[in-house]
Amino acid sequence: MELSISLEKSHPGFTLAMDETLSGERLGIFGPSGSGKSTLAAMIAGLEKPDRGRIVLDGETLFDSDAGIDLPPERRRIAMVFQSANLFPHLKVEENLLYGYRRTPAALRAIPPEGVVEALGLGSLLRREVAHLSGGERQRVALGRAILANPRLLVMDEPLSALDDDLRFQIIPYLRGIGEQFRIPYIYISHSLVEMRLLTDRVLPTSRGSASPPIHPKELALQRMGGSHVGFINLLRLPPPFRRDGILHYPWGNVNLQLAGEPTHDGEALYELSSRDIILCREHPRAISARNLLPARVLRTLPSGPRTGVLLDFGGMELVAEIAGGAAAELEISPGATLYAVIKASAFRRLG
Amino acid sequence: MIILDPADYLAIGLSLKIALTAVLLSLPFAFAVAYLSTFVSFRGKLLMEAVVNLPLTLPPVVVGYLLLLLLGSKGWLSPLLEHLGVRIVFTWRGAVIACAVVGFPLMVRSMRIAMEAIDLRLIQASRTLGATWHDTILSVILPLSRRGIIAGSSLMFARGLGEFGATVIVAGNIPGVTRTIPMAIYDYAASPGGEPLAAALCAVSVAISVAVLILHERLGRKGRG
Repeated sequence: MELSISLEKSHPGFTLAMDETLSGERLGIFGPSGSGKSTLAAMIAGLEKPDRGRIVLDGETLFDSDAGIDLPPERRRIAMVFQSANLFPHLKVEENLLYGYRRTPAALRAIPPEGVVEALGLGSLLRREVAHLSGGERQRVALGRAILANPRLLVMDEPLSALDDDLRFQIIPYLRGIGEQFRIPYIYISHSLVEMRLLTDRVLPTSRGSASPPIHPKELALQRMGGSHVGFINLLRLPPPFRRDGILHYPWGNVNLQLAGEPTHDGEALYELSSRDIILCREHPRAISARNLLPARVLRTLPSGPRTGVLLDFGGMELVAEIAGGAAAELEISPGATLYAVIKASAFRRLG
Repeated sequence: MIILDPADYLAIGLSLKIALTAVLLSLPFAFAVAYLSTFVSFRGKLLMEAVVNLPLTLPPVVVGYLLLLLLGSKGWLSPLLEHLGVRIVFTWRGAVIACAVVGFPLMVRSMRIAMEAIDLRLIQASRTLGATWHDTILSVILPLSRRGIIAGSSLMFARGLGEFGATVIVAGNIPGVTRTIPMAIYDYAASPGGEPLAAALCAVSVAISVAVLILHERLGRKGRG
């Protein structure tokens, strides 16, 4: 999918001007609130009209102020999922799901309703009133409704922002799955870097109405590490642990990690680890209370405000640590150097 | 117990018929006006709203007189009406139009309140799911304005039952043709010895109004939207 946008839009006290081309199947638009990303999404879907410019999706012009082209939303076939699920309150779950499907020409109906109902686990909800759904169920129905419209592009505008953390990470696998299973390219809009990294391959960073060139979400997170109050969030996908000498070990690359707390899952689970929770030592500390002591090799260093970010390699697996600027000089950290990373078992936090 | 005479039953029936016809006639127009003023911005919107709401502030007699100027035998629309072969003034149709015009702003207001409460995102969602604008009106806006439509209809119906000022000018007070409950009460109250009959018709009026209000509450509460 290739989307080129070159447009201008003025609201009182706010001007949006962008000229970028995005290509890929899993795209992101990242920015704080007020950066104009929702306005941009609305213009792509045809819900708002740019003052001037062009929007071209896979060679088809959706909007062109010079040529007088402005396709109405129903002819763009770009389905949207909003922050609040916006299910039709007068229709049952099943009728909500089929709203777009019934309006799709038969020749374009490539996705069967049964498949979506199964993939999103909606089977038991079909006869329900939407008022009786939980927040997570509503968002799954909204997602199913959008997919069943058989769009050629799905635009998701902060779809998880209204949900608490537990629910967010329960729904992310569904979002990841739909792109793969139903082959619908999507644009994911959020102010959360973690969501960007879990759901997109390429991100358009926006700020105060303008955009910077598209970038890989991890690179974006590395760039912004210094300004973030939590540092860089390392994401680790860990298989179920095994028990040895009464202690739980989680295999990770060539090493085993020790995490605090009991495992609550059978399959793979996602954990986060802040760059600021990793301590680096030049030599092997002989006795230490932290449970994880791992040899690592420095891949590269990067500036991170007053600190220094260190990209570490653990036999093929990577983590980012952050240390004070002075410490970097003292430890003689440079690419190729070997050191020890110390991580407390309680520093890992389960995401989903 | 006062026994109403057949002419009074005729007046009651006529009142119901005129008010109901006025409501049914107004529904599509009121919906269109409410839709335009809630969702569409266009030049002359303020003018449209002013004209629609005028009967709310004007004395009904003035509304009646203006309608007479418009629809009378020498009125501005008389060539058109003659061409169509329709007579409005001093017929029950005239009473319907008087009722419709006077009650119209009430109906529009109720519908507008309901439409303003509809989340715009629902309308946007339906468009991105493939619905054209008229499809969205029928499948989203209409069902979600149901409450306002019911409220507006019952309000207008109740208002129509009591319509006097505009009706008496446009349609007159012809027994069996345009003599509605208020006209009959007026006649009884003005004639010696008519008070008991006037009171009886007042009681009928109150009973119908209460019934309409109860129905309105019932229908309004059922379901959401």
